[in-house]
Amino acid sequence: MSEPHELTAAQAVEAIAAGSLSAAELFDAYHARAAADRAAGEGGLNCFTWVAGEAPSRAGMRVGESRRPESFRKPDAFAGTALHGVPLAVKDLFCTEGAPSQSGSRILAGYQPPYTATVVARLRRAGTPLLAKTNQDEFAMGSSTENSAFGPTLNPWDRERVPGGSSGGSAAAVAAGLAPWALGTDTGGSIRQPAALCGIVGLKPTYGAVSRYGMIAFASSLDQAGPLTRDVTDAALLLGHMVGRDPCDATSLGFPHEILAPSAERLDGLRLGVPEELSGEGIEAGVLDAFAAALAGAEALGARIEPVRLPHAAHALSAYYVIAPAEASSNLARFDGVRYGLRAADAEELIDMYTRTRHDGFGAEVKRRIMLGTYVLSSGYYDAYYGRAQRVRTKIAEDFRAAFAHVDLLVTPTAPSVAFRLGEKTADPLSMYLNDFCTVPMSLAGIPAISIPCGLSEGLPVGLQLAGPAFSENRILDAAYALEQSLGFDGAHARV
Amino acid sequence: MERTRVSEALRTPSQPPPGGSIKKDDRYEPVIGLEIHVQLATATKMFCGCELSFGEPPNTRTCAVCLGLPGSLPVANARAVHFGLMIGLALGSELAPRSIFHRKNYFYPDLPKGYQISQYDEPLCRGGRLGEVRIHRVHLEEDAAKLIHVGSSGRIHGSEDSIVDFNRGGTPLAEIVTEPDLRSPEQAGEWLRLLRSTLRALGVSDVNMEEGSLRCDANISLRAAGGGRLGVKTELKNMNSFRFIERGIRAEMERQEQILRGGGEVVQETLHFDPASGAITSLRSKEEAHDYRYFPEPDLLPVAIDQQMIDAARADMSELPADRAQRYQRELGLSADSAQALSSRAALGDFFEAALAAGAPPAQREPAPPAQTLANWVAVELASRLEDGRGAGGDPSHSRVTPQALARLVAMVAAKRVSVGAARQVLDTLLAEGGDPEAIVQARGLAAIDGGEELAAVVAAALAANADAAQRVREGNAKAIGPIVGAVMRETRGRADGAEVSRLINEQLGIT
Amino acid sequence: MAAELSAVLDHVARIGELDLDGVAPTSHVVAESIPTRPALRADEPRECLPREVALAQAPAVAGGGFLVPSPQA
Repeated sequence: MSEPHELTAAQAVEAIAAGSLSAAELFDAYHARAAADRAAGEGGLNCFTWVAGEAPSRAGMRVGESRRPESFRKPDAFAGTALHGVPLAVKDLFCTEGAPSQSGSRILAGYQPPYTATVVARLRRAGTPLLAKTNQDEFAMGSSTENSAFGPTLNPWDRERVPGGSSGGSAAAVAAGLAPWALGTDTGGSIRQPAALCGIVGLKPTYGAVSRYGMIAFASSLDQAGPLTRDVTDAALLLGHMVGRDPCDATSLGFPHEILAPSAERLDGLRLGVPEELSGEGIEAGVLDAFAAALAGAEALGARIEPVRLPHAAHALSAYYVIAPAEASSNLARFDGVRYGLRAADAEELIDMYTRTRHDGFGAEVKRRIMLGTYVLSSGYYDAYYGRAQRVRTKIAEDFRAAFAHVDLLVTPTAPSVAFRLGEKTADPLSMYLNDFCTVPMSLAGIPAISIPCGLSEGLPVGLQLAGPAFSENRILDAAYALEQSLGFDGAHARV
Repeated sequence: MERTRVSEALRTPSQPPPGGSIKKDDRYEPVIGLEIHVQLATATKMFCGCELSFGEPPNTRTCAVCLGLPGSLPVANARAVHFGLMIGLALGSELAPRSIFHRKNYFYPDLPKGYQISQYDEPLCRGGRLGEVRIHRVHLEEDAAKLIHVGSSGRIHGSEDSIVDFNRGGTPLAEIVTEPDLRSPEQAGEWLRLLRSTLRALGVSDVNMEEGSLRCDANISLRAAGGGRLGVKTELKNMNSFRFIERGIRAEMERQEQILRGGGEVVQETLHFDPASGAITSLRSKEEAHDYRYFPEPDLLPVAIDQQMIDAARADMSELPADRAQRYQRELGLSADSAQALSSRAALGDFFEAALAAGAPPAQREPAPPAQTLANWVAVELASRLEDGRGAGGDPSHSRVTPQALARLVAMVAAKRVSVGAARQVLDTLLAEGGDPEAIVQARGLAAIDGGEELAAVVAAALAANADAAQRVREGNAKAIGPIVGAVMRETRGRADGAEVSRLINEQLGIT
Repeated sequence: MAAELSAVLDHVARIGELDLDGVAPTSHVVAESIPTRPALRADEPRECLPREVALAQAPAVAGGGFLVPSPQA
């Protein structure tokens, strides 16, 4: 009989529905593990910025005494729900009333929003009580979670290495078995890349499929919430309860069909395109080997592998690092010390208050991107940078459309390397940015993509990315499922 | 989808007609453009569902969106777009099939997000015309919050702390920018009044300058009289009444004139007019103009206007003042002045039309009053009495005079059943007590003297009593008739028709 | 910081290499080709935050409002 935390989320849902496990038991089991990591401080993985029951607390939580959320008070609290009380870890930047929502930043340390993000509220109604808030790179800017104001998160596969970012806390928590599943956000790869580095599944939905209301913004035209899970089945299960139009988010769309539980056993007739630009140069040999092996596996399942070209993919990273910082520089202007968050002490004059608050409150990477973003939007430079980058974006979207005229899905390695060491890339921002070059093009085009673990290199997980046209999540999930079953990746090593 | 008609004026590229008064120094002519912000009378704010505030306690009309809380997102108000379309249609603008919102980025405590959501190079409406002035564009944006300065003077300079109240933040605004077609402060004031009555007729805003639902900045420059290159323009802000706008513009014109006459150069800057002192001070230099780093608002989709939305906007528009005036002249043959007077105040025009429709009831013995006569009685006799305090706020529909009553009264005057003088007395009574003119005339014995013997006898008596005046009239001094007419009028208590009295006097004096 | 920014700028400036004549910028990713009703909101009031809540996280409060040092002090 497995320990409760050894079950996947889907298995736990079944067990609770069948009566062989109670939601309270499951919550307590995970809570103990999460709280232990929190209490371990530097001895732990530092996955979390808050765990249920921790002060500060408000309506919905009881301070100290109980660690379980309000919803547990009612008997059969989750009886009518689809997910039966399987708890959820949520990235710090999702507004959660009653729990701190800081986006990994000092400027929002301890901030408690008066409302809850739509996607979190929907999932809670579907039966997933809030277990914990997870650590992240500050304002989602980073690929290693080393930019967090609350210390880095460690990779459970090797505690001297990064879990990836920006959703590193969520990825590490799931990989380590400290949470059954977690919410992350992906702007340029921030779900997929940490999923790859931690050996779990991470999915970035079609832009607009999931509401952004209540997600502390990084780059508005790129941010999307998505699941980080142990397997593809769990990803589909969670995603199904996340999608749907939200009247509070003008950019959100109705998902045209239901998200289905994947079941494909083979890939017969599936045409998989491998973009030249994203599957060779710049990628570690070990990663390429694991990738090649996975492709062979796909062929064995009946898929047809074809090379394709994405001519503008080489410029995607550049365009991304113009657009994302530009939008971020504007989105972060609201952190001025007037209405919430940090305010520099003893500022006698307004400009002084603004500059000192933001100087003290923002970390180096955030400052870098704000400056970059301000520059590329400034008069005289707009056309050369922001204007151009938005045109590159159009070309990238065209490249994908052209590719999907010949193949069903695209497949690439998710990240150019396995998990790197802490501190290895912090000295050179550009080297950090290059982590995203396989994932950024899909973000720019707004198309969905998943990362699944496909093998090991040097004992560390390698991720494989599948991408498809807008709203092709079901097809992606099905293909990923079939591959996952045949690859048989075992993530037990990472579990705490 | 068909585009709307582009205003005729836009097809003629030449300069607009000059207007305005003669200035002190004929070497220079002013070139004036206006930038007007109109608070739209929607139920909720531009990008969130907070109800608009009318003096509520601070920060009681806010939400995550208009407070700029992390994670909040804007969603555009459909009714604000609807009102924007109505404004565009009223001004004959071209309605953009697709317009987008932009972010205008800068830091200020009354700007919670650190940017204002506005429109930049793809506005809702372009071009158009109202009266003598061409419209450059109309766009939608959100209002800033209110900064209350807590300091000794209560104004920006010299205060130590401020309190921010976000109730107003997010209120929908339509920004209307004119071409620099105005040529004098008076013309600007006149035109602004026309704009206000147009917007009021549309029902899209309270357009009350004192309350801040209508705000106007002016761009002013001087150039050599007769045309030629435009001079450097300054922007004049914070004028919150029509009078202040006219005074402010004039003061700025004079200031620029002085500079130019002295051989200096006007600096492009933003200025503040203090109506109390007449002083013009600099707010900030537009040269170091803030770089707003405009970029398309990624949180909002483009506003796509379809034919259904345009039709809905058109259907919601009542007749505009300019159109109503034209209709009165065209269909009713009213004079231009009467048409103007009745159309610039909708309440008067509505009353006039109701009276016209009431006409004379079928059983009455005289025909309906002529339109022009009725117009005079509404626009002059009734309106002037309402203005001196007898009719709640100048609106005849709030007075005791019904359109039917006025129509009947005017019909009686036209049929000479009551003299003009007597009718005025009846109108006074109607205003004070309401009622029916026929009854009032009966009760107070104000029926016209029916010409003939009764009047002739009174005239004869008056002539006898004013022999000197009579003599002077015989000798050719026409003005001397006054006292004799006055005597007759007093005797008849105004019931006689003045013209008829004069005629009888002359007849009896043997003057033809 | 300056050197790092410089390096990044050099990298992103590579987009200058491309021929982008006649290419429209993507100002909104939510493809306009995907049919959506205009994303406008009905003009219906929604509940506002109680003042205490609006002010709850404010660093400084006075007179029912957010207290800030004055501009141009």
